[in-house]
Amino acid sequence: MSLLKPHRSTCRRSAAAWIAAIVIAPTAGASTPAGLLAGYAGEAGAAPSPERGQSLFNSRHGRDWSCASCHGAAPTGPGRHAATGKPIAALAPAFNPERFTDAAKADKWFRRNCNDVVGRECTAAEKADVLSWLIKLKP
Amino acid sequence: MADRPRLRRQAGAWACAFAGLFAAQAWADDGDRVSRTSLLPKYREECAACHIAYPPGMLPAASWQRVMANLPRHYGTDASLDPGTVSALAGWLAANAATGGRRSEPPPEDRITRSAWFVRKHREVAPATWTLPGVKSAANCTACHTRADQGDFNEHNVRIPR
Repeated sequence: MSLLKPHRSTCRRSAAAWIAAIVIAPTAGASTPAGLLAGYAGEAGAAPSPERGQSLFNSRHGRDWSCASCHGAAPTGPGRHAATGKPIAALAPAFNPERFTDAAKADKWFRRNCNDVVGRECTAAEKADVLSWLIKLKP
Repeated sequence: MADRPRLRRQAGAWACAFAGLFAAQAWADDGDRVSRTSLLPKYREECAACHIAYPPGMLPAASWQRVMANLPRHYGTDASLDPGTVSALAGWLAANAATGGRRSEPPPEDRITRSAWFVRKHREVAPATWTLPGVKSAANCTACHTRADQGDFNEHNVRIPR
């Protein structure tokens, strides 16, 4: 550490510039849960079904995990990663305003988690079904 | 010997590049590298979504390279990321990976928990402890290392659940 200390003050300005660049950078894909739902439903060309979404969320699809394995059967409170035990914040938007506000992030997690749970990526209709159910969950 | 001042300048430049924002490395009293590495924000954001942000010095560069090349099959789950993020994180991990000593040997399956140093340091932990509901997995560092998410693995902050 003694090697690093003298350099700290000179680094501060460039670090501040970096941080400013990161903070000021526009957040790509900013959206709302309703906006994302409209996008998935539009792509699917069909009205979403919260009931189908709930069923997809709570079923195991011939594999080890369901969505509920990590998020809980009622994803209105904290869940827990089934493998690592790490806490997972509530998924339903009414209980966690950060959820489904970034299209790229929602797509990333749908892609990964559907691959883990269903063994393939989810269709737009399936995403619309799940999201329509999550949006319906209210305090 | 003549190269020393130049080396020192280079070391200083590297330290400056990484110290403030990315990677101030500290060394524990016992000489083991710990893990007070200031983490790349993107690394924390992406990798600490499912597990703690493992300090990059806990695996050698060759292991991190394989981990980052296999994110769609990441220890049983799909942890895939867009190519730009993968390459940014891979570069940072390579720059901050374990070097020198026994930590530079890739552990079996590139698992931190299979590393010789990890096994040695945990040899007094009873086998049943690892399967406690509050622990579940050796990957769950914070179950016992109460400040692991801040890169603090000091023994004084260990609380083994009962």
